[in-house]
Formats: sequence, C-alpha cells, structure tokens
Amino acid sequence: MANLRDIRRRIKSVKNTAQITRAMQLVAAAKMKKAQDQALAGREYSKQLNGVLQDISEGFSDATHPLLESRTGSRELVLIISTDKGLCGAINTNLARVVRTKTAEGADCVTVGRKLRVMMEKMGRKIVADFSVKDPVPFADARAIAALLSKQFLAGNYDKVSVAYTRFVNTMTQQPEVIQLLPVVTPQGHADTTATNDFLFEPSPDDVLSAILPLYVNFQVFQALVEARASEHSARMVAMKSATDNAKKFIKELTLEYNKLRQGAITAELLEITTAMKAME
Amino acid sequence: MAFQLDIVTPEKKIFSDTVDNVYLPGADGEMGILPAHAGLVTALQPGVLRYLLHGQVVGLAIGSGFAEVTQTKVVVLTDSALGESEIDEAQVEEAIKRAQEKLDTIDHSLDMEEVAYLQGVIARATAELHFKRQR
Repeated sequence: MANLRDIRRRIKSVKNTAQITRAMQLVAAAKMKKAQDQALAGREYSKQLNGVLQDISEGFSDATHPLLESRTGSRELVLIISTDKGLCGAINTNLARVVRTKTAEGADCVTVGRKLRVMMEKMGRKIVADFSVKDPVPFADARAIAALLSKQFLAGNYDKVSVAYTRFVNTMTQQPEVIQLLPVVTPQGHADTTATNDFLFEPSPDDVLSAILPLYVNFQVFQALVEARASEHSARMVAMKSATDNAKKFIKELTLEYNKLRQGAITAELLEITTAMKAME
Repeated sequence: MAFQLDIVTPEKKIFSDTVDNVYLPGADGEMGILPAHAGLVTALQPGVLRYLLHGQVVGLAIGSGFAEVTQTKVVVLTDSALGESEIDEAQVEEAIKRAQEKLDTIDHSLDMEEVAYLQGVIARATAELHFKRQR
C-alpha cells in the first residue's frame, strides 16, 4: 500500500509532465497553423501546374526531354522526408513501413530529417546526401534538393527517383506516400474541357518544356516538403494533446486515491482516540 | 467580353477575377491577350504584367514562370508577383547587390545552376525596381 507522501510525490511529477506536454502542444499548434496554410496554398499552384503540363503533353505527344526519358534499369534513388525530432506519434514508423514496401530493395537514399536517416543507416542503405530544411520551408531549399536529384538522374546514376513523404490530409489524418519524381510522369485525369485545344508554343515547344519541367520537379519537392512539415506538426500536436489528456486523467485517479487514503488515516486516528477514551473511563 | 485571369505563386493565389485584357512579359517580348485568344503556352521572363479590370489598368511585377492561355481563361504561374506598394526599393537594391557579389565570387564553369539562379534573381529584382520607378 502506497503511503501518502509517495502519492503526493507522484501527483507532482505527473503534473510537471502534463505542463511540459501542454506547452509542446501549444507550440506545435502554432506551427501547425502556419505549415497547414503553406501546404494548402501550394496545392492550388500544384493543381494548375499539373493542368498545364497535362494540356501540353496532350497537345504535344512526341515530347522528348532528358527529364522525361524512362529507362529500363532498376537503380532507384529515394528522397525520404521524415522529422528531426520525435514525440510526433507514429508518422515516422508509418513512413518507414511504406519505404520498405514501396521502393526497390536496397535503393539509395537522400534524406531530410534525422529520424529516418538513422533508421536507413541501420538498415544498411546508402545515404547519398542529407539535407536539413528550415521552418517554414523556404523554396530555395527545395530547389537545392531538386537540383541534386535531377543531377543524379541526368548523369545516369539512377533510373528512377521517388519521394517518400507524409501527405497531409487533415489534423487527425496523415497519409504516408511514395510518388515517382523522375522521369516525370505527366499527370492524368485532369478533366478540362478546353484540353482539346491545339496549343501554340512561345518561343518553341522545346523551350517551353525545358522551362516547365525543372520548375515542375522543384515544385513537387517543395510541395512534398511542406506537406511533410504540416503532417509533422499536426501529428505532434495530436500526440501531445493526448499525452496531456492522459496525464490529467492520471492526476484525477491519483488524487482520488490520495483522498481515500487521507480519509482512511483520519478515521483510523479518530478510532484510536475514541478507543483510548473508552479505555480510560 | 471578358475572360478569367488567375495568377498563382507557390505561396498563394495572388489574383483570380475576370478581366478585359492582359499584357504578359513573354520570353520574346510583351504580348497582349484579348478574349477568345487561341490556345497558347508561353514562357515568361521577369517583368511587368498588366491587366484591365473595370476600366482600370493594374500592374504587377512578376518573376519568371509561364502562362497558359485558352479561349476562356489565362493562368499565370510565376515564382513571385508583387504590386507596386509591396516593393521595397532599398530591400530590392540590397538583394541585387548580394546576388551580384555572390555571382562575382563563385566559379562560373563549375556551378552552372547557381549562376543561372543568381542571374534570375538579378533579372527579377531589376524588373521590380524598374516597375516601381516608372510611377
């Protein structure tokens, strides 16, 4: 049977924990708002860009560009976007599972975020490069990463480049995902009735294509980064919220037990006094 | 007669409304788009985009990007789009100076992408300054 002082000590320590998790929850919530806005704002651009690219590929089917060239080999490079810090629920574990199942065995990695870099190192994967990305995500960082990936692909070191990241669905749900970055697959299923247009190209189809494709690759990387960031902060906020709630519940239970014990002690004391008085009579 | 104009940057949707015409800074010079223009995709260079909204000409300094024109709609995708009031001359000049300094110090034969990027920054900043001072 725990004594009163032990329980009081435990209540205090749980209270401290609750305070810390609550602070972390508030910090994550503030960052989450910004990151979510950024992810949602980027989707509009991404949608328009996909639409334009699809219209072009339909009006210009014999498009050739080094970034479109599909090769038969199976050497794969994966950009893995995880988080630097933990305490954000299961998103890194989920992402690792998707990386294992959806990318080629022994594919080389480029990593953003410490958590999965460490895990991939343990699995014996080769880490080609590691980036750290500031918060909120600057476009320049995405450009640097995309430049490295394109360079590796164009040099013929790899036949395929994919991106593994956690797509942001809403605050409660984040979906780990692997998409193919290179060679560029032109997006399908963008139902635009004006797509039957024959397009003119200024200055020339090749010039337009070589202006759009690198931009498209940069933007895909950027969007993956912001989505991953939004997911991270959301997951952390939710994890910290449930930690705070659990701590509060625990404090309630402990307090109840503490009061029971205290009352028990008082009753026992009273009993002793009255028996002593009875004995004196 | 009017058509839909959307101006989008990676950060946000800058503009979305129906306008009467739009002038774009195309890769080969300025081009005017009127309603029912033939389908067109063009690369854009840093410069000034102007559109006519309710009889009023509005200008924006935009960065590089491209535009897709269809019969009923113009979509402009660019890395930045700033109105006159959003441009801070001192800041822009500072950016040009920084980019120029960096451009002078790096090895041009080794880092082609970086050079292209810095030149892009300078072109965009110069276009912004030019636009601001025109007024």
